[in-house]
Order: sequence, then C-alpha cells, then structure tokens
Amino acid sequence: MQYLAEGLRLPTNGLDYTILAIYFVVVLGIGFAARASVKTSLDFFLSGRSLPAWVTGLAFVAANLGATEILGMAATGAQYGVAVVHWYWIGAIPAMVFLGLVMMPFYYRSKVRSVPEFLLQRFDRSAHLLSSILFAFAAILIAGVNLYALSIVVEALLGWDRWVAIVVAGVFVLLYITIGGLSSAIYNEVLQFFVILAALIPLTLLGLKRVGGWDGLTGSLEKQHGADFMSAWGGTGIGDANPLGANWLTIILGLGFVLSFGYWTTNFAEVQRALSAKNLSAAKRTPLIAAFPKIFIVFAVMIPGLVAAVIVPNIGSTRSGLTYNDAIPLLMRELLPNGVLGIAVTGLLAAFMAGMAANVSSFNTVFTTDIWQRYVKKDQSDAYYLRFGRVITAVGVLASIGTAFIAASFSNIMTYLQTLFSFFNVPMFVVFIIGMFWKRASMKSGVWGLVAGTTAAMVNYFVVYKQGIIDIPSDQGANFVSAIVGFVAGAVVMVAVTLFTAPKPEAELAGLVYGTTSPDADEAPEEGDDAWYRKPALLGWGAIVLAALCYLPYSL
Amino acid sequence: MSDLHKEVSELERKSATAARLFDIRRIIGGLFVVYGVIVTIAGINPSDADLKKAEGVHINLWTGLAMLALGLFFLIWMKLRPAQVPDEVPGTPES
Repeated sequence: MQYLAEGLRLPTNGLDYTILAIYFVVVLGIGFAARASVKTSLDFFLSGRSLPAWVTGLAFVAANLGATEILGMAATGAQYGVAVVHWYWIGAIPAMVFLGLVMMPFYYRSKVRSVPEFLLQRFDRSAHLLSSILFAFAAILIAGVNLYALSIVVEALLGWDRWVAIVVAGVFVLLYITIGGLSSAIYNEVLQFFVILAALIPLTLLGLKRVGGWDGLTGSLEKQHGADFMSAWGGTGIGDANPLGANWLTIILGLGFVLSFGYWTTNFAEVQRALSAKNLSAAKRTPLIAAFPKIFIVFAVMIPGLVAAVIVPNIGSTRSGLTYNDAIPLLMRELLPNGVLGIAVTGLLAAFMAGMAANVSSFNTVFTTDIWQRYVKKDQSDAYYLRFGRVITAVGVLASIGTAFIAASFSNIMTYLQTLFSFFNVPMFVVFIIGMFWKRASMKSGVWGLVAGTTAAMVNYFVVYKQGIIDIPSDQGANFVSAIVGFVAGAVVMVAVTLFTAPKPEAELAGLVYGTTSPDADEAPEEGDDAWYRKPALLGWGAIVLAALCYLPYSL
Repeated sequence: MSDLHKEVSELERKSATAARLFDIRRIIGGLFVVYGVIVTIAGINPSDADLKKAEGVHINLWTGLAMLALGLFFLIWMKLRPAQVPDEVPGTPES
C-alpha cells in the first residue's frame, strides 16, 4: 500500500463536518441502545440468533464493503479496467449462493457459534485449535489494515494527523462493540451500507457525466489502453499477455472457485452474520439477499475507477503523483460540492470502521468461545464469558492498532488482503467441502489438510513465484495460482491421511455431513417464510442468472 | 445430542436480543430524514462554483431528496409492518 498522494485535501466545511459528527453520534447511540439486549454471551457474540434476514443480509454485504474494498476495487478498475467485474460476478456470487443453499443448513442446524467450532464438531481439537488461532491472527491483521488505511485517507483528505484518526476510529469501534456486542456491529453495518451507497451513487453519476457518459468513457479508455481494457474476458486466453497476469482458467478456478469460496463460505467475519439470523430460513437467505446488492455494487466502484483513469491518464505512475487507490478520493474532490461531500466522507469513514468492526466482532467470538472457553478456562458461568468477551474486544482493538503498519509494503490494498486469504482461507474451504460431503474423511485429516494447504500456498507464492522459478506476470495472477495449488495440496493430503486414520464415529456426525440427519426435528417454518420471494432456491438461482446476464454486455 | 447443542439451546432460551433489541429501521429512517433535509437545504440555492463543479447538476438537491425518500420509506415500512416481539416461548421444541 502506498500513501495517498499529497494534495488530495478536500475542501470540507462546517456543513460536511456536521454530517460527519451526526454519524458518529448515531454510531455510539446504536451501541448504547443495543446494550439492553445483551444478557447472555450468545447475545453478545451472535445476537442471540434472532435477527431478521434482511438485516443480516445487508450486514453480510456491508461487512465486506469496507473502505479497503471500495478504494481497492476502484483501484483495480483504474488499473485493469472492466476485468474488475470478475471479483463480483464470478468471484463472489457463486460462492455466496453456495453458502446459502448448500452449506448453511450444516452450519446453522449444528448450532455452532463460529466457523472453527464447526471443525471441532466435524474433525478434532487440533483442527479446531489451529483454525481458531489462524483466524484470530488474520482478523486482527485485517482490522489493522483497515485502521491503517483509514488513517492515510483521513490524513490526505481531511488533514488530521494519522494518530488522531487511528485513535478516534479505534475508540469508537471499541466502544460500540464492547457495549452493544454483535447486534451493535451488525446494525451499524446496515446503516453504513446505505450511507456508502448515498456517497457512491452521486459520485458515479457525476463521474459518468464528466467523461461524456458510458460511450465517452469507453471511447477514451479504448484509445488509451486498447479494446481489452473495456472487456471482461478480452486478452485472457492462456498464454496471452494481459495486465491482470491471469488467464480465464486461473480466473475461474483460482479467483472464482478457490479464493472466493474460501473467503465467502469459511471466513467467520462473514459467516457470523448468517449465524446470527433468527431461523434456518433466514440464515440461508442471508448470503442470498446479500448477493443482489453485491452484483450491482461493482458499477459504483468500477466506474469511478475508470473515470479517474480518463481524467488522469497516467494515474498510478509517479508522474501523475497519484496512486490507483486515489481514484475515489480524487473524484470526490473534483466533483462533489459541500453537502454531498460530507456524505461521501462520512461513507468512507463508516466503511473503514465497519470493515474493522466486522473483524473485531468475529475475533472476540473466536477468541472467547473457541480458545479461552475451550482450552484455557473451562466451565465458568456465562456471565464470566460475557465479561471476558468485552475485555478481549478491547484487547483486540488495541492489538489491531499495533498491526496497522504491516500493510505498508504492498502497492495495492486488495492484493495484500488477497495474499492473506490465499494462505489462510484456501485450505479452510477444501477442509470444509470434503468434511461436509465425505463421511469417511477422518478426524485427523482436517488438521493435516489445513497445514498442507496453507504451506503449499505459501511455498508457491514466496518461493516458486517470488524467486522466479515459474513466471507469473503479476502478484494478482500469482495469488490465483497459489490458491489453486493450496486447494489441490489440501485435498490430496486429506484423502491420503483419511486412508490411514480412523473415521469419526457416525453418531457424532449427525447433522454435520451430507447424508446424515440432524438430531433436531425440523423447526416449524415461521409464518410467511414460504412466500415465493423468500424461497432460497429462487433467490439463489436468480442471483446466479443475473450475474451471468451482467457479463453479457462486457463479453460480446 | 451433543453438549454444544444443549449449551447453545440453553443460551438461546435465556437470550434477550429478540425481545429487547430496538428496530434498526427507526435509526436508518431517522438518520436519512435528517441527512436528507440538511443536504436538500444545502442544494436549494447552489452557488455557481458548486454547480460548475458538479457538471451543472443540482447534486445536493437530488441526493438530499433521494435520501429523504429513503428515510421516509424506512419509517413508513416500520409503521406498516411493526416488528413482532416474540411471545415468551416456554421451552423450545428441541429440548
């Protein structure tokens, strides 16, 4: 990640700051108002499994819509062009639908409180402990990335000292999660979702007007970068050179299958939102409801990125003095008058805080229920774990402030995050998918699959790619390949270990593996859940078809 | 049935979220009405500089009105379909 360029200072005035101040007050207000609902540790960590689907669904998409994602995806758009749609239509939608339709029944019915806890039920303690620690570590790291990115943006845009921004944002997140728990985090995410849209939509429309509409945009960029820049699949034949450094096969398998399934289906910061839904139907619908906004959000980040590439033709080079990550801040300064500008600043800050809060609120759950309660202090009262959860939330925020500086060495925030996910999340997905669909997969195969997959992905990235043993044109492309390598290695090792070790007793697998029946009687469906527009299958397949249709104008 | 199952079911019975958590539609509605009014007022009489910056579009006015409409939508939705506080459920069926 590079520093945002100097000279992006926004002409903010009292009006903009009023809008920002109101938001901060509301954020804290939500925390205090949610406090009354926190009676048990389950209320604090999982909102008592009682939220409606539209709330958890919007939180599901907003937890991912952190500002690193917004700035990073606009940067990807400015750098690689329309190819950024892959991260949405093939890199998110299929995985979200798979989570909702296929995996959610196992997750939700088993009553696990976290993703690692599922591994404990399905495999054994070693898989559980390993994934808990890896997740806790990654969550703090990513929370730190968000915080660091926030401080850079705030410094560039508003002129606050970096430390002021880190402390203010950190303290607000600390307060509203410690007080209100996950309900407070989720409610703030839903609010953030709408504020960020209110910021991005005017920016996108004005940006388009500035460059003469979509036709003007296409014309300018095709002249500068060639026709492939404005096409999703142009130049992605195997062996062709393209700036992304990936071909159609690594895009579909690496990004679309392994990376995105790993991220969306096993990253607890996301899955936690679905687990807090009020019943199985709502839990299944959580990622499906999230899929629809996700399909269209790409336009609100890609178009500003493309517009920035037209306005500053040499963006990303030292001559322009602007990095790709500056795309959205640049347009904010160029196009938005005071008022809407305040909304946009608020939206960005809200997104940073929500991105951080999602990680903190999942970290505290895993640390408390999976590490502390399971291995350190067993059999304490529920009030003890609730209290401990609040303390560890504060510790987590402080730790993420400490890790905020690791992010400094990569030029593109997204690349950095994806590198992490390819190491931690890839083997998670292979272990889940084999664990959920193959009864025989043995207790020990879980942990070895995780170890082998993580190691293989890291070796591929740091040794094979970085040392130049095989030639992959970009970090991004190397990520996709590392993901595939990690997936295959994890799968092979799981099968091999299973052949030589004992399976889990069948009785303990009830409800955890495909083809077993859950010990619960099916809960009675809530009134209205059988309405046609709430049918998970219809929502899921609808999202897939819509995403495929969206590809058409950019592929033909 | 596993210990985990029992533990979480027990916690679900004691949970207070469903009964006590406020309705987020009130907050979204309230905030967007306030924002909508502020931004609309800012956009009623834009300066020439602001207009020029925004490509001649009355962007504050339109954004403000859109936010106002969204805020009102949430408040009306809440009025028409208030959240149902679940009755005290005596023991869940799976216990």
